[in-house]
Amino acid sequence: MNSNTVIKPAANEWPLWEVFVRSKSGLDHKHCGSLHAADPQMAIQLARDVYTRRQEGVSVWVVRSDQIVASDPGDKDMYFDPMEDKVYRHPTFYKLPSEVDHM
Amino acid sequence: MYTQAMDTAPKDERKAVRSVEEAELDRRFDAKIDAGDFIEAKDWMPDHYRKTLLRQISQHAHSEIVGMLPEGNWITRAPTLKRKAILLAKVQDEGGHGLYLYAAAETLGTSRDQMIDALHSGKAKYSSIFNYPTLTWADIGTIGWLVDGAAIMNQVPICRCSYAPYARAMIRVCREESFHQRQGFDSLLVMMQQGTAAQKAMVQDAVNRWWWPCLMMFGPPDDQSPNSAQGMRWGIKRVSNDTLRQKFVDAAAEQAKVLGVTLPDLALKWNPERGHHDFGPIDWAEFWSVVGGDGPCNRDRLATRVKAWDDGAWVREAALAHSRNQHTEQEAA
Repeated sequence: MNSNTVIKPAANEWPLWEVFVRSKSGLDHKHCGSLHAADPQMAIQLARDVYTRRQEGVSVWVVRSDQIVASDPGDKDMYFDPMEDKVYRHPTFYKLPSEVDHM
Repeated sequence: MYTQAMDTAPKDERKAVRSVEEAELDRRFDAKIDAGDFIEAKDWMPDHYRKTLLRQISQHAHSEIVGMLPEGNWITRAPTLKRKAILLAKVQDEGGHGLYLYAAAETLGTSRDQMIDALHSGKAKYSSIFNYPTLTWADIGTIGWLVDGAAIMNQVPICRCSYAPYARAMIRVCREESFHQRQGFDSLLVMMQQGTAAQKAMVQDAVNRWWWPCLMMFGPPDDQSPNSAQGMRWGIKRVSNDTLRQKFVDAAAEQAKVLGVTLPDLALKWNPERGHHDFGPIDWAEFWSVVGGDGPCNRDRLATRVKAWDDGAWVREAALAHSRNQHTEQEAA
């Protein structure tokens, strides 16, 4: 199969969900894996059992994998490289006198 | 142990004829691997790389799931509530590891059902070690100490696998696996230090039975592992079978002393020149016979899996029907 083929689950297979976990309050949710579940409620329950058996999180999000829109890996250079020569977007680009350099 | 997948693969499934375009993609892929870059699910990859990984990851997933069976047998017979809770948590972890790995394998373009079907039809393999029986309670501790110990030895290098979804799953697995080995050693230590003579003999007997099959988990010797070189080239395999096996023997020999058991190998001896333990020859005929389906428990393990899957069919269907009904109700409202 080529890399552009969309993977479709068999008709009788539970749909695939992506799982995002907030590891502690104040932090953002981070993708940690995927799982199959028949409905949203079951997806949340299974995410708890599969991905937070050791208190890895305080909050879980699940989203149907087929609902995620992603950038194309083939467009990686075209998409992200234009930022490569824009070093002036970083604070370290500016050399200031030492008296004010902590700004 | 999951590198066994590489050694039980069909002879050569690599296509001989390639187009110019494909050769260029191949070249770029190799350069990426050489640079130590990771490969993600949607990146271009050679067909043979995809197939090799799919075989290895799915075999790894199957091993975790089938691996629940020998230990699951003992949950109701654990000697104390504490040991029962520990064993339950461990078996649940194995199930979780299987799920992480199935998900990683699915990113390569095969559905969960296809993989499960391959296992149940006997087309896909799982680690040879789970075809041995768990006869006594000491087997459970020994599995933790030796089987999980060997698994960790094998799995830590896979955390650096070139295929990123597999590497990420393995990091998660390894983080949890250390508890498995430690609880096993702890359980054996209690029996060896506070147990009766009969209990101590039970531990020694379990170690005697599991030792050699554990050494086989690392797969055939390097000179009989023709697919290893390609696996190394692709960054799927990082350390050779014999190197990992030696590392395991060296570690286990020291741990056995602390435990107060002997390992069943008269040739096992420290070799100061090599800086390693020498050990006796492994019975590879037994290994190939177990891989081929004739181990003590192959048929039983597979039959149990198939039965669990078939018995659960109505639950899977009902859950799906329920979710469809809810959809229809929502649309109607």
